[in-house]
Parts: sequence; C-alpha cells; structure tokens
Amino acid sequence: MEPFINITSTAIPLPIQNIDTDQIIPARFLKATTREGFGENLFRDWRYEKDGSVNTSFPLNNINYRGQILVAGDNFGCGSSREHAAWALHDYGFKVVISSFFADIFKGNALNNGVLPVQVSAAFLETLLQAIEQDPNTVIEVDLQHEKVTLKATNASEHFEINSYKKTCMINGYDDIDFLLSNLAAIETFEETKN
Amino acid sequence: MKKTLFDKVWDAHVVKKIEDGPQILYIDKHLIHEVTSPQAFNELEQRSIPVFRPKQIVATADHNTPTIDQHLPVKDEMSRKQLAQLAVNCEKNDIPLYGLGHEYNGIVHVMAPELGFTQPGMTIVCGDSHTSTHGAFGSIAFGIGTSQVAQVFASQCLLLQKPKSLRVNVNGTLRPGVLPKDVILYIISKLGTNSGTGYFCEYAGNVFEEMSMEGRMTVCNMSIEMGARGGMIAPDATTFDYVKGRPFAPQGAAFDKKVAYWKTLATDTDAVFDQEYHFDAEDIAPMITYGTNPGMGIKISEPIPQDTSKTFEKSLDYMNFKKGQSLINQAVNYVFIGSCTNSRIEDFRVAAQYIKGKQKASNVTAWLVPGSQQVAQQIKEEGLNEIFESSGFQLRQPGCSACLAMNDDKIPEGEYCVSTSNRNFEGRQGQGSRTILASPLVAAATAVHGKIIDITKHLN
Repeated sequence: MEPFINITSTAIPLPIQNIDTDQIIPARFLKATTREGFGENLFRDWRYEKDGSVNTSFPLNNINYRGQILVAGDNFGCGSSREHAAWALHDYGFKVVISSFFADIFKGNALNNGVLPVQVSAAFLETLLQAIEQDPNTVIEVDLQHEKVTLKATNASEHFEINSYKKTCMINGYDDIDFLLSNLAAIETFEETKN
Repeated sequence: MKKTLFDKVWDAHVVKKIEDGPQILYIDKHLIHEVTSPQAFNELEQRSIPVFRPKQIVATADHNTPTIDQHLPVKDEMSRKQLAQLAVNCEKNDIPLYGLGHEYNGIVHVMAPELGFTQPGMTIVCGDSHTSTHGAFGSIAFGIGTSQVAQVFASQCLLLQKPKSLRVNVNGTLRPGVLPKDVILYIISKLGTNSGTGYFCEYAGNVFEEMSMEGRMTVCNMSIEMGARGGMIAPDATTFDYVKGRPFAPQGAAFDKKVAYWKTLATDTDAVFDQEYHFDAEDIAPMITYGTNPGMGIKISEPIPQDTSKTFEKSLDYMNFKKGQSLINQAVNYVFIGSCTNSRIEDFRVAAQYIKGKQKASNVTAWLVPGSQQVAQQIKEEGLNEIFESSGFQLRQPGCSACLAMNDDKIPEGEYCVSTSNRNFEGRQGQGSRTILASPLVAAATAVHGKIIDITKHLN
C-alpha cells in the first residue's frame, strides 16, 4: 500500500444517500482476477446511459468537477463486501471519500487500499456539498496527521476520527499482513491451547 | 461480569489485544469462492507467503456459475477463467474445493451449514457480506474484503476492533403466512439500513427460539442489510439436532463434548447490550419492498409511504412507483426463488405447497434455483420437482443465479422481479431491473397470479 500524504484538492459532490457497492461497481465487472482497471467501471450504470453514451448530468461527468476527493451522502458503501469498490475508487483517482456515515465493511476495505474514509457531521457534509456546488473550484484539505478536514475558502474545519493503529498504517503504507505475520508464534501458541 | 453470546465466542478467539488498537482474532473456518479470492491468492504469491492453515478453508464455486447445463463448459469466458483460477489456486494450496459438478457444490452459505462445516461457537469468515447467515448457529460469522481474505490465508487471523452489541427481541405468535423472511424484512423496515452499523446483532425471543435452523439462517443472512456485520442466535436443541450427523460435524463422543460446550454459550441473564429493540410478533405481516434498499419495506397491503427526500424520490423514480400507491395487483413478469437467503428445502416446500394444483401465470418467467446440489437432490426425493413441473415452473441448477446479475440469469431492463433474494439495489438483478423482495410464499403466489396479491386473503 502506498503511504497516504495529506490531500489538498478540489472535490466531486455526490449527494445521494445509501450508495451501495453495487452502484460503485456492478457485479458484472467483478470477474477480473487482478486488482487493476476497475476505475473504468466505477459508478458504471450512473456514468453511462443504457445505450452506452455518457450521462452528462452525473457529477463525475461534469467537466467543472474534478479532484481526488469524493463527497457523498450518508451511509456510503453499504451492501456487498466487494473490495472491488475500494479498488475502483482508488483506480479512478480518489484518495479520500467524505461522508456523514460509512458502512463497516467498505470502511475497512478503503483503509486497506489507501483510500481514506473521512466521517464528518451531517451539518459539515452539507456545508461542503453547498460550497462545492456553488463553486466547483472549492478546495478541501484533508490532514490525516491532525485528523482534520478544512474548507480552505472559509477555513471552516472539523475533526474526524480514525483509530491510531489504522492511522499509522495509512501514513506509513503498512498493511495488516506484515503485522499478523510478526505474531505467528503467538497464533501457534493460541492454537495449541485451544485444542 | 455478565457476558453475551457474542462476548463468549469472541473472547474465546482473542489471540492478543493490542494496546489502544485492534485485537487479533483467530478464525476457525474460512469459506472462499471464485469472486473475492483470486486477488488474495495473488497477493500471497507475490509476497512469497504460504497459506497458513489450508485445512481450515472450504472452497465452492457459486457466484459465476450457470444454472443450466452445468455439465458443459461455462460459456462466458471471464467467468470460466475465474472459476478455473479458483481450481488452480485450491490445487496449488491444498484447499478442498467443492466446485461445479461436485455433489457438495452450492452457494457458500447454503452448502457450508448443510455439510456441517458451520458449527456453534466458531468464528467464520468469507469474502461475502452474507456470511452473517452462519450466525444462526451461534457462531461469529461475517463478511470480509479481499485484503482480509489474504490476511486469513497468511495467518488464520484478522485484526479487528470489537464491535458494539445489539439485541433485537421478537416475542409473540406470528400470524399465518408470515415467514422468517417477513420477520427480517419487517425488522429492517423498522430500523433502517444503517442502524446496525458498528454492531453485532443477537436475535432473541420466542419467535427465533421456535424457528427452524433454515428460518434462522434467513434471518441472520439479512443482518448486513441493516448494516450489522453479523447476526447471531443462541444455539439450542434445534441447532444441535441440525448439526448432528452432518458429514463434517464432529461425531459420537466428540459431538457430545461439543454440545456440552455449546450449551454454555447463550447470553447470560442480565447481560447488558449497547442497544436493544423489542417487537411484537403479532404486528408482523407478509412484507414486500418498494424501493431500492432493503429498508424500504412495507406490509404487503400497505401503501408506499410519503417522504420528500431526494434519495427517496430517486428511488421511487427508478422503481416507477408513486408515493401512496398500493402494490396489490401490480403486474410482475419475473419471479426468482433462490439465493443464500431463501434457497433451502423449506423454502421450496412452502412454494410447492402453494403452487400445488395451480398453474404459473403465462406472463411470468419463474426461476426456482436450489441453493445447493444437496437441496436439489432433496427436492427430487420429496417429489417437489413434479409439482413445479406440472405447474409450469422451471427448476434450475444450484448457484447464486439472479440474486446479483453476475452469471447468465439476469432480469431485463425495466422489468419487475418478485425475488426471495436479499438486495433490491438499482441494477442488482440486471441493468435497469426492478427488484421487489419478498418471502418464498409471496413469490410463489406472484408467479401463480402474474401480479402481487394480498397473500393474507389467500391462505387456507
């Protein structure tokens, strides 16, 4: 996993609640056996019309919106455990998703792939969405070290939570496998006692 | 300190607690399938890490598999390759695979319990969110991402924060025509799709105590649809009777010893939960969904509620329904009875009982898809296949089928499908498809009438 550095970027708004992982990446695109290339089909059925033409009203297709941050409605990433959703967001170029609530499995998957889920209050989410809609050049700063997200234009900011273990992993690009392997002796001892 | 069922199973599997951090949790059983495992195998190979405990892994092929002509090569090239990759990975790593054609093949959450892999008090994971199904046995079972699949391959453990505890109590007598599927759809409609996020849920009360293991699996299966990573029901005589004698369950004295332990797992009286809800069984009716998440459910005779949020309106637009509309008499051209939620023998018995002596409506395409080879076999042994065939229904071969539009079984654009599966998300059953979740009884009745009927008025 690549280390996460602080992100200062414009953002893409997606003010829809309960965005499930079937929307993020539909099941028919889960047949690959590698992690690469899922970005092409991120939000596939929202980005494209049924005839394959681009849905110009969808925010990702709005040329005014761009950036490494996705700002989405409440309960983002619910449904299927497919990690392909996190791979698709990462592959498309998102480093951060901001929402007022994340589904558990998605949150874990995102963290395991260097995509930072930033949970903010419903009010702050609304502030961000309004700011971006009024001015697509709105810049947001996500400071992982200080667990702070800031709307640069007004300096309005909010603290976000991340557990310290995961924070260390994100900042350094560590993953859980290394840590677990360093505990194999304890795991073997546990197995012996258990049996 | 008083402990919950969850606490007891969790605490028995903690290898180590990291200060101010997660805990290392030991995993007894790791279930894998073709879709969420290949990248995990790749990762291990790239890092030259061996699979640590291959004998604790069980593999099946289910998501991509066709449900007709399974003896022929799989037509879709990508699916065929993914299935072949699973076979290669299992062979290389000495993992038992119950693939296409094997007598034990089936949907991972159907075959593992029926073969006795799933047992009370275990920790069970799978790269599939409906792993919550196995909690019906009083095990801690939950879905994981592919990075975590790799972690379990490497160490038979996961790094986890202990979730909060939630208990949903349902007491009283269920009304006629109300099935376990209605109970869980009702609960989710009351609590919403994210009320369980961050929690592990225990279902308690006489309704669950009196439920069969298959019913309990249906309930626990959909725990994730209210956001809970898993759902559990205390193991009891119903559980022990179900597990006893299954091919991979402990036998003889070893079984008795296990039962003695399993009996200690139930939540202590006076144990405290972080969150608790109570419902009356009498208030539950046959349910259907009208929107694009499983929380958007109503009693079958109720109108669609009024709500002005953008997300709600987007959802109704997608379904082409109106606020205040009743779904009774809504024409439906597709019916699907199957998926890890409702594809066990009791589901087909319920459907057959309703269908017997009636004919499928001519406008309806109905797919009946058993969850496993064992279920398919039992359908034949009980002669249910004859009922289905003489009523104009097609019984297909086991697999995930039309639950997720990953294999050939897809609902066409714009069509409604009354489905016994677990998710009514946009496009879940095929691009532009419109899913209405229901019990196998409501699904069978819809297939016979060609439209949604108020099943409570059609019960003998």
